[in-house]
Amino acid sequence: MDNLIIAGKTYTSRLLVGTGKYKDFGETRVAIEASGAEIITVAIRRTNIGQNSGEPNLLDVLPPSQYTLLPNTAGCYTVEDAVRTLRLARELLDGHSLVKLEVLGDPKTLYPNMVETIKAAEILIKENFQVMVYTSDDPIIAKQLEEMGCVAVMPLASLIGSGMGILNPWNLQIIIDNAKIPVMVDAGVGTASDATIAMELGCDGVLMNTAIAAARNPVLMASAMRKAVESGREAYLAGRMAKKLYSASPSSPTEGVIASSDTATTKTAPGKSSDCPH
Amino acid sequence: MIQLTINGQPQQFEAPINVTQLIDHLALHGKRIAIERNGEIIPRSQFSEQILAHGDQLEIVVAVGGG
Repeated sequence: MDNLIIAGKTYTSRLLVGTGKYKDFGETRVAIEASGAEIITVAIRRTNIGQNSGEPNLLDVLPPSQYTLLPNTAGCYTVEDAVRTLRLARELLDGHSLVKLEVLGDPKTLYPNMVETIKAAEILIKENFQVMVYTSDDPIIAKQLEEMGCVAVMPLASLIGSGMGILNPWNLQIIIDNAKIPVMVDAGVGTASDATIAMELGCDGVLMNTAIAAARNPVLMASAMRKAVESGREAYLAGRMAKKLYSASPSSPTEGVIASSDTATTKTAPGKSSDCPH
Repeated sequence: MIQLTINGQPQQFEAPINVTQLIDHLALHGKRIAIERNGEIIPRSQFSEQILAHGDQLEIVVAVGGG
């Protein structure tokens, strides 16, 4: 079996999904089921005090018994906030230590601050967290994060929530080639082909949220993403043919073609010839 | 009278209370929450033992949808 292994645990799905931006918990649940994802990200936020005490909880809809929950530090701009958030997450999830670290640098682009991210990763690894880390697509930083002891590196394909697809496949390729831990594209996937391209490059997985949640039909897009990731993975494993620039090669035998090729070559496209003055 | 700051909001209490009592007071009993007191996690096992003091800063969090 071709499984994804993160921090010693085996997963069959290479699609990781977020749980934000859905219409309601019902849609969240059905879309996530359709995606086939086993690892799902959640955010940690202050509870409403004194309001909506009967409000349903995300964890009732997506129980930790059924999914591997990946608490994130979305919205954290400092080392301290990121580390505190994940300590709270570990307590909330009964000692669960697999986490997604992101320390943002700029509210407009949500670009990660890698200096702060590295400092936060150091503290978290010392405290025995298993850190999957959101990173810029800098191959040197990605390698450093691996050497520090992160369990997966997750470079952006393009900005969070932008849906702009894979803007720098060459950097991703270098990161993948250098890495001995799983590499996931995280952020920027817009549609199914983006996920396929990421997998064809050799990524171990793809993490996305908005591409599914903001689709006109999120459940159908979740299903499309599941197939796209599987498809890209199979194509990667199969090994694509070599590209042959300016050199066509027919797929059918060149021998034994019936002998009316002379008419075929003299045939002109209808409409074209009538425009031509004689 | 003691004052606690809960998720950034000040709240007054007649007398010192423990964490379990606070959870009941806030109608959070049975909810999946985690609590931090002055920057330190309070393990669930210590909810009845820890008596909250005037000026304590508390963060009470839940898991929500996110990417």
